[in-house]
Amino acid sequence: MSTQDINAPQPLLSIDDLHVWYELRRLGFGHAGYVKAVDGVSFDLAEGETVAVVGESGCGKSSLMKTILGLNVPTSGEIVFDDENLSELSGEGLRRYRFKIGYVQQDPYGALPPFMNVQKILEEPLIISGVKNAEERLSRIHKVMSEVKLHPVEDFLEKFPHMLSGGQQQRIVIARAMLREPKLIVADEPVSMLDASVRVEILKLMHALQEAHGLSVIYITHDLSTVKYFSARIFVMYAGNLIEKADTRRLLENPLHPYTHALLAATSDPDFRNSESFKEVPPGEPPSLVNPPKGCRFHPRCAKAIAGLCDEKEPLEFEPEPNHFVACWLYQPQ
Amino acid sequence: MMQTKLLQIADLKLHFKTRTGTVQAVDGVDFELDSNRAVVILGESGCGKSSLAKAMLRLLPRNVEKYEGSVHLQGADVMKFDEEEFRQNVRWVGISMVPQAAMNSLNPVIRVGEQVAEPAIIHLGISKTEAVALVRKMFQHVGVPLDFVDRYPFELSGGMRQRIALAMALVTSPSLIVLDEPTSALDLLTQANIMNVLKRIKHELGTSFILITHDIATSSELADEVAIMYAGQIVETGHARDFFPAPLHPYSQMLMASVPRLRSESDPMFITGQPPSLLNPPSGCRFAARCPYRFEKCDEEPPVFGRNGRKVKCWLHA
Repeated sequence: MSTQDINAPQPLLSIDDLHVWYELRRLGFGHAGYVKAVDGVSFDLAEGETVAVVGESGCGKSSLMKTILGLNVPTSGEIVFDDENLSELSGEGLRRYRFKIGYVQQDPYGALPPFMNVQKILEEPLIISGVKNAEERLSRIHKVMSEVKLHPVEDFLEKFPHMLSGGQQQRIVIARAMLREPKLIVADEPVSMLDASVRVEILKLMHALQEAHGLSVIYITHDLSTVKYFSARIFVMYAGNLIEKADTRRLLENPLHPYTHALLAATSDPDFRNSESFKEVPPGEPPSLVNPPKGCRFHPRCAKAIAGLCDEKEPLEFEPEPNHFVACWLYQPQ
Repeated sequence: MMQTKLLQIADLKLHFKTRTGTVQAVDGVDFELDSNRAVVILGESGCGKSSLAKAMLRLLPRNVEKYEGSVHLQGADVMKFDEEEFRQNVRWVGISMVPQAAMNSLNPVIRVGEQVAEPAIIHLGISKTEAVALVRKMFQHVGVPLDFVDRYPFELSGGMRQRIALAMALVTSPSLIVLDEPTSALDLLTQANIMNVLKRIKHELGTSFILITHDIATSSELADEVAIMYAGQIVETGHARDFFPAPLHPYSQMLMASVPRLRSESDPMFITGQPPSLLNPPSGCRFAARCPYRFEKCDEEPPVFGRNGRKVKCWLHA
């Protein structure tokens, strides 16, 4: 990592060499190995910064996210959020930690209890965090509903989730995440289950909220075409590691890691010429997280793998250009 | 000399009876498809596109109120076939389908090789031993390693299971395969792989495809032709090379404008409002309420206007 200016403000979130390993047990007894879901992840997130974490299923991004949310205990490594070390928190401290982070899930309908109307859904987090005054709760609900542009608020408060469109449901999920005035929002594929014409609307809404409140956002997605509208930086995750980190524009213009190249090449724009050629896709599939390949985890699928190096030693992180980090032997300085 | 088109659908209607009224899911759809071509039916949720797929294959639930129109497959009107004729000559044999989330609907207790063989055994009448060779050929077409023949679905990844579903649709050598959201639950690289498989099958076997999806960008990977569906009707059709650069119908234009693009700096738009309910579609043009170009004539339902091989259901193109 580049050296930090002594006078620079502390990052809001600092993750250092995080490992999240799940133990596999054979038939209830007997250790059968570990699923190394997150295997050495480090990054800093400043206040008000947005970062996209891009990766396919099984790369560990859900485990990373759950650990940041305080829903998983890290196996090793440190998470420091808002000057508090997560491993030192428990009980009440841990509850308050979780209040400071809002979570927006992928499936808006699945995220909302079908038997509660909007008012009850939005009151719940306030009641849990001890807001006893019903008027105060209602006033905060009104405020957040206006911010997510669900007007007229009174009409929506009585509705049940099934009466709302996908986009409206997702606005409720966002409103709920915003209620306790978090500093960080973790959004896991927030628009992938919404229709094309609504996705942009929701992303723009999230962007507006982020700017208005100075929120930090971790935007987890596999849709690369949306990241430039919503994130200042991109992290690419593969098999438990962050293999590339850069400013969004720079990564899209100059992807360094062969896997990043492959992801960008696989992303289509609506162009009629696409049907005239085949896409180059790296062969094979992401590796098992129980027994990842020796050396670089991508090497079995990589056309540029260097025999004797990529299949032997895990790549270090290099910085071939300022603020653009890549864990790949191809960029080892000569 | 007129070449018979592979598929010609005229005024197809499928209405469902529900407690709250009649859902007019497919409300007068016309379109045509030549051999060895792929048409993509684009539309958002609730536009009726999955119902259209079911209407083509006569996969009807019990609450059908209206099911009419004509569906000509290689010149024969299959709507006139009785149940048994349709089962023997159309489903699997003429048209097969890979429904939405097919990869999750594989039988978990039967090996995948057997599942791929099943349509061939039932519809082509071949024996189990003959089917073995056919199954191996299908695995090669879809790119699944041959040693997976004896595996169970849970042993395969999502992408592999989707290829198995595709192999099942292909094993009876249909002229046309209908795919409903074939890549929506899959990862990026897996999506690209599946689209490659479809392109290869189209090229090597001459199969035609109807691809139903809301994923506009991915649809351009396979589309020769495009049809846009809105509120139970097809509002525009045309060749991909004409449509993608310059859609005509205001809904098509706004839909295309809402697609975020990796490789260009466009600022994506969104469409305000929602599509009308299929329970009580408005009279007149169904998109009028959300259309920026609406004028008085739009109170009357527009017919389909045709020009240069493109069709638009919009008064602006009268």
